[in-house]
Amino acid sequence: MTGTYAPNPGAAPFARQVVAQARMESRLMLRNGEQLLLAVVIPVIVLIGGVAGSKALDLGFSHPAIDVFTPGVLALAVMSTAFTSLAIATGFERRYGVIKFLGSSPLPRSGLLAGKVGALLVVELLQVVVLTLVALAMGWDPDPGLMGAALALVLGTAAFASLGLFIAGVLRAEATLAAANLVYLLLMAGGAVVLPSSAYGAAGDVVRWLPSGALGDAMRAALIDGRTSGTDLLVLLGWAVGGTVLTARTFTWE
Amino acid sequence: MPEAAPAVQIDGLVMRYGSKTAVDDLTLTIPRHTITAVLGPNGAGKTTTLETCEGYRRPQQGTVRVLGLDPVRNRRDLLPRIGVMLQAGGAWSGVRAMEMLHHVARLHAHPLDVDALAERLGLGDCGGTPYRRLSGGQQQRLGLAMAVVGRPELVFVDEPTAGMDPQARRSTWDLLEELRDDGVTVVLTTHYMDEAERLADGIHIIDHGRLIASGTPLELTRGGTVATIRLVVTRPFPTGAPESLRQALGAETEVTVLDELSLLVTGPADASTLAKVSRWCEEAGVLPESLTLGQRNLEDVFLQLTGRELEK
Repeated sequence: MTGTYAPNPGAAPFARQVVAQARMESRLMLRNGEQLLLAVVIPVIVLIGGVAGSKALDLGFSHPAIDVFTPGVLALAVMSTAFTSLAIATGFERRYGVIKFLGSSPLPRSGLLAGKVGALLVVELLQVVVLTLVALAMGWDPDPGLMGAALALVLGTAAFASLGLFIAGVLRAEATLAAANLVYLLLMAGGAVVLPSSAYGAAGDVVRWLPSGALGDAMRAALIDGRTSGTDLLVLLGWAVGGTVLTARTFTWE
Repeated sequence: MPEAAPAVQIDGLVMRYGSKTAVDDLTLTIPRHTITAVLGPNGAGKTTTLETCEGYRRPQQGTVRVLGLDPVRNRRDLLPRIGVMLQAGGAWSGVRAMEMLHHVARLHAHPLDVDALAERLGLGDCGGTPYRRLSGGQQQRLGLAMAVVGRPELVFVDEPTAGMDPQARRSTWDLLEELRDDGVTVVLTTHYMDEAERLADGIHIIDHGRLIASGTPLELTRGGTVATIRLVVTRPFPTGAPESLRQALGAETEVTVLDELSLLVTGPADASTLAKVSRWCEEAGVLPESLTLGQRNLEDVFLQLTGRELEK
């Protein structure tokens, strides 16, 4: 048959589909004002506020405050994107039938997931660049263990993304919005992400097993001491595996 | 022989949600290169049937084949070959209309010319508008564009013109006809009789998850050789009224009670039927408010089959 609409079906190559999906999702994330606030503005405020506050109060750090806060704020930025932004975006994708529609498109589920990971990495890269520039301008003098930092970012992203998708897959969109923000606030305040778990006294032994504490401590180990913290990375890996299993068992299209 | 297989082949499909049976032993075949309407009231099981064909739901009993493939087991082979228009939604709330269409096109190997398609569906003016600010009709047209942009062999469209103004409706119908003429199979659900009658080559009428009639519009309405007389009266019919009317009219005529003040007579299209009905009114002591003669249309077919009006 000929004609404008004559059938000629076929899926685009997998890599092209993933790139298209990642581009689309990162653009939508960066277009969203609330998400930008969460991704960049809040971490910058925490960084500036934390350093200013530590001048007024003696928090007993053995390193300059900017060196302690910067790795923690980078961890916070990862948490905001991989967990909160992803959960909220995915919750509303389910609500609006986006995931359902894509489920009928040539894009396989693995491609959808890869696209989401790609979008997260794009946004996280922007966050890391902005926060690093701000921190350097404030006199940050890191002693970077790049291997440890990279592993912490990747495993932290995997752990938080799997937990974010789990929440988005079982709760309604509004409940996901509330829960993802609440968990973010609780972990920012008491999850040893910005402040080291050692600053929490006895509670530190508990919070360092949270994904937030493990990510924060791994980032600090890597960027203050240039050290790769195996225990913290294993904790993140454990959360990533657990979160993935939970999500795979519970996630539905609608 | 997947090439020779019909577009859709459903055998003994049963789908239940809890204690409710949504699809009840449904068997039907949809040939290729046609526009086929699955017609029925809301809640008849149309969407469930479509979603089973699209691979979203696994048949609980029976089999479903689409282009000769199992929509669940052969999902990855099937999906690039079909297009799906959901009843609602399907796009991000903040995505611009054209951005969404371009995105869907990029998932396919040889998509249609996106700008030409958008122009064709009258989406040119709202291409930069975020999805959530599009009107209902614009969202429907974008949904249709998203379903066909990948040049599928088969498109499933769920209530494509619900909420559209008459002009958008006609241009949607025109596009569906062009698709069919270019070799695409179109399967649509609708609860609009006029849409099915005007557009479809074949119609399957579904009620309570069961197939109650199949055929071309002409076959279903018996091509105008059958007339309908709609009788509306001022006071409720006396007891035993439909039976006595049936006796008065003879075996070739059917009487369907619509409610306590109206009924439908279906029979040979001649003056004698009309005369018999008015004579019966006189004998039974009922005062007609209106007596309307017409050709049998799909609406009447549905009424007769189910005893209910469709668009209510």
